[in-house]
Amino acid sequence: MDTAATPHSNYLTDGYGIKSWLLTKDHKRIGLLYLISVSAFFVLGAVFAGLIRLELLTPAGDLVESDTYNKIFTMHGVIMVFFFLIPAIPSILGNFLVPLMIGAKDLAFPRINLLSWYVYTIGGLFTLWALVNGGVDTGWTFYTPYSSAFSNSNVALVVVGIFINGFSSILTGLNFIVTIHKMRAPGMTWFRLPLFIWAHYATALIMVLGTPVIAITLVMVGAERLLHLGIFDPKLGGDPVLFQHLFWFYSHPAVYIMILPAMGVMSELVAAFSRKRIFGYEVVAFSSLAIAVVGFLVWGHHMFVSSQSVYAAMAFSLLSFLVAIPSAIKVFNWSATLYKGSISFEAPMIYVFGFIGLFLIGGLTGLFLAAVAVDVHVTDTYFVVAHFHYIMVGGTIMMYLGGLHFWWPKIFGKMYHQGMARVSAVVIFIGFNLTFFPQFIVGYLGMPRRYHSYPPEFQLWNVLSSAGAAILAVGYAMPTFYLIYSLVKGERAPANPWGAKGLEWETTSPPPTHNFDTTPVVTEPAYNYVK
Amino acid sequence: MAHDMTAAAGANGEDMQGATHLVPVRVYLTIFTLLMILTATTVGVSFLDLGPFNTVVAIVIAVTKMMLVILYFMHVRYSTRLTWAVVAGGFFWLALLLLLTLGDYLTRGPGWLRFG
Amino acid sequence: MSGAHPTPHPRLQHHFDSLEQQFEASALGMWLFLVTEILFFGGLFMAYMIYRLTYPEAFAEASHELDVVLGGINTAVLISSSLTMAMAVWSAQLGRRTGQLLFLGLTIGLGLVFLGIKAVEYGHKFEHGLVPGPNFRFESARDPVHSQLFFSLYFIMTGLHAVHMIVGIGLMAVLFVLAFKGRFTRAYHTPVEVSGLYWHFVDIVWIFLFPLLYLIDRHGTVGH
Repeated sequence: MDTAATPHSNYLTDGYGIKSWLLTKDHKRIGLLYLISVSAFFVLGAVFAGLIRLELLTPAGDLVESDTYNKIFTMHGVIMVFFFLIPAIPSILGNFLVPLMIGAKDLAFPRINLLSWYVYTIGGLFTLWALVNGGVDTGWTFYTPYSSAFSNSNVALVVVGIFINGFSSILTGLNFIVTIHKMRAPGMTWFRLPLFIWAHYATALIMVLGTPVIAITLVMVGAERLLHLGIFDPKLGGDPVLFQHLFWFYSHPAVYIMILPAMGVMSELVAAFSRKRIFGYEVVAFSSLAIAVVGFLVWGHHMFVSSQSVYAAMAFSLLSFLVAIPSAIKVFNWSATLYKGSISFEAPMIYVFGFIGLFLIGGLTGLFLAAVAVDVHVTDTYFVVAHFHYIMVGGTIMMYLGGLHFWWPKIFGKMYHQGMARVSAVVIFIGFNLTFFPQFIVGYLGMPRRYHSYPPEFQLWNVLSSAGAAILAVGYAMPTFYLIYSLVKGERAPANPWGAKGLEWETTSPPPTHNFDTTPVVTEPAYNYVK
Repeated sequence: MAHDMTAAAGANGEDMQGATHLVPVRVYLTIFTLLMILTATTVGVSFLDLGPFNTVVAIVIAVTKMMLVILYFMHVRYSTRLTWAVVAGGFFWLALLLLLTLGDYLTRGPGWLRFG
Repeated sequence: MSGAHPTPHPRLQHHFDSLEQQFEASALGMWLFLVTEILFFGGLFMAYMIYRLTYPEAFAEASHELDVVLGGINTAVLISSSLTMAMAVWSAQLGRRTGQLLFLGLTIGLGLVFLGIKAVEYGHKFEHGLVPGPNFRFESARDPVHSQLFFSLYFIMTGLHAVHMIVGIGLMAVLFVLAFKGRFTRAYHTPVEVSGLYWHFVDIVWIFLFPLLYLIDRHGTVGH
């Protein structure tokens, strides 16, 4: 490993001063702007999570009032869903890597890319304003008529914040689609693209097709609150369930916005650390598209107990079983890739193994929930909470961290402490399971979600869960320290510290502003590892 | 008037944006006239009693007008298959939203939706 | 591809290889944005569809409060503005500055006429207590309860449409200034084509709003 590389001009040194960052058009710098904002929101969302777990240590609702508790879990959900999970991998890693991986100099619309970050930040500020002004107590799902007619909290402010933030998603998705269609380097055919790109293309399709629907839904809620234009008001004959249809039409595909990029990262890490071509490349590529498409057809599984028609429920249930298939296919293909691969256990690979187990559990419990008869029993209990945290934290956050650890040397030109990285990956895995596995149990036993008090027989499970959360917090804090430390004192990283395949590894670490000194010409398939 | 603008290089080899076909003015005027006629028609037909078909006719006319604008004013008739796919995809997704949700309301029993 | 040329076109951005690639990317980007607009307005059309099919009497009687003449004129105005927009693009494709200015100017003018008529209609609604909320005072004879749903949808749908018109007029004004400066030539006129797509889309939304809002059950109301 070459540690004595001479410092050279790169995108980090190309212009100093706050203006060169705040007015940058470089997709790599914009990715870092997102890293800062997204990380800040993650910390805030985690603080709310901590308050939840603190309250739930005891059966009595004794830490905060129930109204306050409602606001805490609402803000936890809003911040984590809209300001962390949806942008994290696409806006940080996607922005940084998409042009590099396809051999382009930038995304198709660099100024729109910068605009997307400002829009994200402004949306976030509106949400923070709502928080400071007393918060929102409707749950991140904003069900009407409570949110539109009865809540006394800052619904309009938050709704404006999320609406504005939605444009960040739309603009990012639009940029990715155009870039991938129009700016691939010579020889980079569709089937030579890294699977990270296929995953982000599918994600971008969802962003473009789904986000506008939640945007208009929030407009309607805001209009009802501010202008008395009661679309969902039962007194006028409105149907609150209509809100749920419109809301979940986006919010279900939104969870695929959260997991597809993580699956893209998985493919890159599995290939790199087993030094093998991904088994069934085309199938994995198409499965990303299949998830994006079928993911739009299942939203009613969030509404099994809403008074939606039972026939619609059956249709949505069947479709929900079907949507699991492409995800399962990916897991089979990654496993087949690992088989007889040359595996090494760098930190990113530990996150890979964590993902496989946790995503498997999360995905399988999704099937439990897809069965209407089971869902009627466990809906709105901690079983559901555990299910989605297994996917979003056990899946997405694992790959977010795995990806950060994999590409950190490329992004910053520095290596971090490998030992600490491995340890924190294990700590996170342990902390995560201790936090969320008991929630499956206590949910199945009947503990409702969004309640700050519970019957005393559930206390053991809640204490275990809160203990796990403390360990998880330590696990998340560790990378913060050694990664930042690496920026100051880390070894200089070579162009390709992992010996991985991919165009991003064929330029310097960090890359120059224009990415490549000469436009690459692609002649090989992806992951062309030689045994 | 109808010379082809699809070449990406100009007469002197200079870089040009190329792409869309130069549509003849008379095509635009014809489409405009059709749109005006269809507007008058949709207003006129609305004053006739066709029962439930009033709505059907109104929508068919609106869709026809939309297609004329999309194909000719927006040049989709002369565009790439990718553009076609994007336009079709947008409408297809809207159809998914409308039809699947309608599926719920249609099967709820009395109290929701009356046709005719 | 184009033959060797000494300097890149001044409007070619550094990350593109050619104006053609840049134009294709811009057009695709605008089409994708318009797809988001289809879904955006689509949510409102869905609410409209469900409620109209559930409360047909309330919707019919409420619809009769809208002025078909003004609505019809506005439809003609917008269709004309689409013609002038298409001609503005045509002039840009030929690099004809006079035509660009004339047709962009006409498009802006027609857009303003549309908004003016809309303002008159809104004023009428406010005067007659047709705005939902505490001061709403309309009751349909056959369904007194559900008319506010129609008017809520009317205001949100036409209001959102008007906002899009305002943005469109703003875009046209910017184009007008750039055209005045001679920015658009046969080689480069991407912003005009791409903005034209946006303008036509806003026209298409109205093409649906007009019959769905103004023409419900109009038979038997001749002379209303």
